[in-house]
Amino acid sequence: MPLTPAITDLEALKEHPAVARLRGWNSAAVEGAKFDRDEMTIYIERSCIHDACVILRDDVSCPFNYLSDVTCVDWYPSQPRFEVVYQLLSIPNKERVRLKVRLSADSPVVESVTPVWPAANYFEREVFDLFGIRFTGHPYLRRIQMPEDWEGHPLRKDYPVEGYR
Amino acid sequence: MILNMGPQHPSTHGVLRLILEIDGETVVRLMPDIGYLHTGIEKTCEAKFYQQVVPLTDRIDYLCPMTNNLCYALAVEKLLGLEIPPKAQWLRVMMNELTRINSHLVWLGTHAMDIGALTVFLYCFREREDVLRLFEAISGQRMMTSYFRIGGVALEPPLGFFDRVRDFANRFPSKIDEYENLLTGNPIWVMRTKGVARISAEDAIALGASGPTLRGSGVDFDLRRDMPYSSYEKFKFKVPVSQDGDVFARYICRVQELRESIAIVQQALDGMPEGPIKADAPKVVLPDREKMKTQMEAMIYHFKIITEGFAVPAGEVYQAVESPRGEMGYYVVSDGTAKPYRVHMRAACLANLQLLPKMCEGRLLADVVAAIGSIDIVLGEIDR
Repeated sequence: MPLTPAITDLEALKEHPAVARLRGWNSAAVEGAKFDRDEMTIYIERSCIHDACVILRDDVSCPFNYLSDVTCVDWYPSQPRFEVVYQLLSIPNKERVRLKVRLSADSPVVESVTPVWPAANYFEREVFDLFGIRFTGHPYLRRIQMPEDWEGHPLRKDYPVEGYR
Repeated sequence: MILNMGPQHPSTHGVLRLILEIDGETVVRLMPDIGYLHTGIEKTCEAKFYQQVVPLTDRIDYLCPMTNNLCYALAVEKLLGLEIPPKAQWLRVMMNELTRINSHLVWLGTHAMDIGALTVFLYCFREREDVLRLFEAISGQRMMTSYFRIGGVALEPPLGFFDRVRDFANRFPSKIDEYENLLTGNPIWVMRTKGVARISAEDAIALGASGPTLRGSGVDFDLRRDMPYSSYEKFKFKVPVSQDGDVFARYICRVQELRESIAIVQQALDGMPEGPIKADAPKVVLPDREKMKTQMEAMIYHFKIITEGFAVPAGEVYQAVESPRGEMGYYVVSDGTAKPYRVHMRAACLANLQLLPKMCEGRLLADVVAAIGSIDIVLGEIDR
């Protein structure tokens, strides 16, 4: 399977059901989209992520009822620095889609999706612990992997691999 | 009363600490506390070449090393756009199913031991020893196999290996009958497991459960069948589903899975294709030792891969496979260099652990032990 170039033009991808559904709801919510290596990525405007997730979860024709994963990528030193990544799965339709929210370094805050899928609870706690992203509306946002009194967020790119000694 | 269960408790399968609020014998609130085994593997991966990450993946979930190898290898192969030869794919399927048997045997033995059936443990570890000997024969290691590499598998199986696997596959179904004789109809076992730690299908989906924990609640979803990878679509197998959502249902699902896995191993043995075991990509796959002695190019490629790694085209991939515990996913981000920019493992156990408070709250303290066993957690995977 030779690599084909990624499609990043939103107009070319507007037929995709998830993109169409989101744009039909609020066209400002979709910042962009990417189709690469058979995987669909949709960039969501930061303030819309909770509602966008509700829309995708409750869609009748293709309900993304299962949240596989939440994680984050640190693009330090470029801006916007953080990308929070949501992997959605539709169990009835056997389809995946990836949502992304871009966050700047000076306010790494985004609304929690734990009220949409309770599964996000531990994943968001882990992202908070290791990247320092704050999830507003999370029921119990505390460190999960590192000790309670740990300083810094180890998976950030400016945190040395050997740690601070 | 607040009670700490763990971190050093034999029935928590590792270092899991449960903070229990109890009223007499009844659990009012349960809160898992994890992180005791956190070693920062995701951070370590960012400092390694792509091929150096493979041995790290074994160490995440030490009961199913090959599933982790497979998931990582598939993700990087997808990033590279590599085509894997059929023999390597079939070998991967076969070894992956043996890994599932290995993992389920440890689960069955320890789960039964937690509830008080000590004999089953010895029976399970007898067969697990056979599987580990097969692992040792094919990869040189019993547990940290690192057998699947990016672009194929590490070594050609040794002479007579397939006969040994066939011998095991013929013997094993009767052993599953032995375990079931000891447990399935056993009145004590049934009393300890039926109706205990029940979870509905809606809750299981909402809380992110996967694998036998999800199928035990009546959701018919298996990544091997529904989103096939590594030519699983060419194999015929049933996906066991149970409707009750209790500890017994999850037990039945896993025991049935043992039978299906051995059937897949049989099919892989019968249809094992001929051909190479590594992809034709000299810049990515290490050359054979023999070639290095005679061909200058092979020597150069070997030196290059070992010293500089290989560059992977920029992009990102989320690859999920069905591990013995559920959906194991690798999210790999490449920035075009020889080291991964980000590797994230979606641990099935971490999501499954979120079900535990829902399962146990309002029930007896003794049921907590049965519930922990039934979701089959591995703390190495949860903490990474």
